[in-house]
Amino acid sequence: MSVPISWYLLLAAALFAIGTIGALTRRNGISIFLSIELMLNAANLTLVAYARQMDQRTGQLIVFFVMAVAAAEAAVGLALFIAVFRQRHTIDVNRMNLMRW
Amino acid sequence: METLIFALFAALALVSAIVVVTHKSPIYSTLSLVLALFSTAVLYVLLGAPFLGALQILVYAGALVVLFLFVLMLLNVQKEETAHAGRGPQLWTAIVGAVVFAGMMALVFWRSGSPAVTPLTPESVSLKTLAAELFTRYLLPFEIVGLLLLVAVIGATVAARKPDALGRIEEHEYVSGDEPRTDPLKSGPDPHRPSVAEPAYKEAS
Repeated sequence: MSVPISWYLLLAAALFAIGTIGALTRRNGISIFLSIELMLNAANLTLVAYARQMDQRTGQLIVFFVMAVAAAEAAVGLALFIAVFRQRHTIDVNRMNLMRW
Repeated sequence: METLIFALFAALALVSAIVVVTHKSPIYSTLSLVLALFSTAVLYVLLGAPFLGALQILVYAGALVVLFLFVLMLLNVQKEETAHAGRGPQLWTAIVGAVVFAGMMALVFWRSGSPAVTPLTPESVSLKTLAAELFTRYLLPFEIVGLLLLVAVIGATVAARKPDALGRIEEHEYVSGDEPRTDPLKSGPDPHRPSVAEPAYKEAS
């Protein structure tokens, strides 16, 4: 008995929605990053599920590239938060208003 | 059996994702993210992508989360104070999230007349065919991603660097008032860096 693909898609949609809510409501910068990772993960799950349905390998390869880009994004983003923390002593995004006019 | 495993790890992923989003302490959020990523890795294996499952555990749950925890430890981030975000923004974001979720769910069921999946064969899960496709048809994106990682490493190193001996990253460039002027990541008893240029090897000691 195999699981229908639409269940995986539903799960991925739920994970993506949870990540969206987290990225929009959290104020700690690192928590926002965690929510973004959750959203990327949900998108990856969708890609793998569709690759299974289409019986092709391309979706899995795209997931491979997405993982690499996510790693690069997290490294640069965390470095930016360290740099911000040196100056502002906080990573609360409500207090990062240097470029707000 | 497969349905049971799917149900177990889907529920685990959902619960841990909710904990990621709702927990006040970022440490617990990060550790809960490990659980969510691990459950997703199990689902990858169920979907016939064991290589991606292994990669998920290695890259995400291993390297990336360790990086997050390291930065959290370095910055000593406290729990969020819930005081100064009102109900309004949270309500609106929850509505946006629910609309996104409903839209995607509608798409799933709108397209549910898809053909049944073919059973997995040893050919379709083999790493050999995946690697052959990766290194022939997708060779250029592969190289570009490698270049991207190199640039990201250099960029992260430059961005997170200490202000150097010449003080080229000045700390008084913003005029926000009440923040202290010292570098919080510097643990020495003397917060004031000497203004003369010192040799670089003294920085390392």
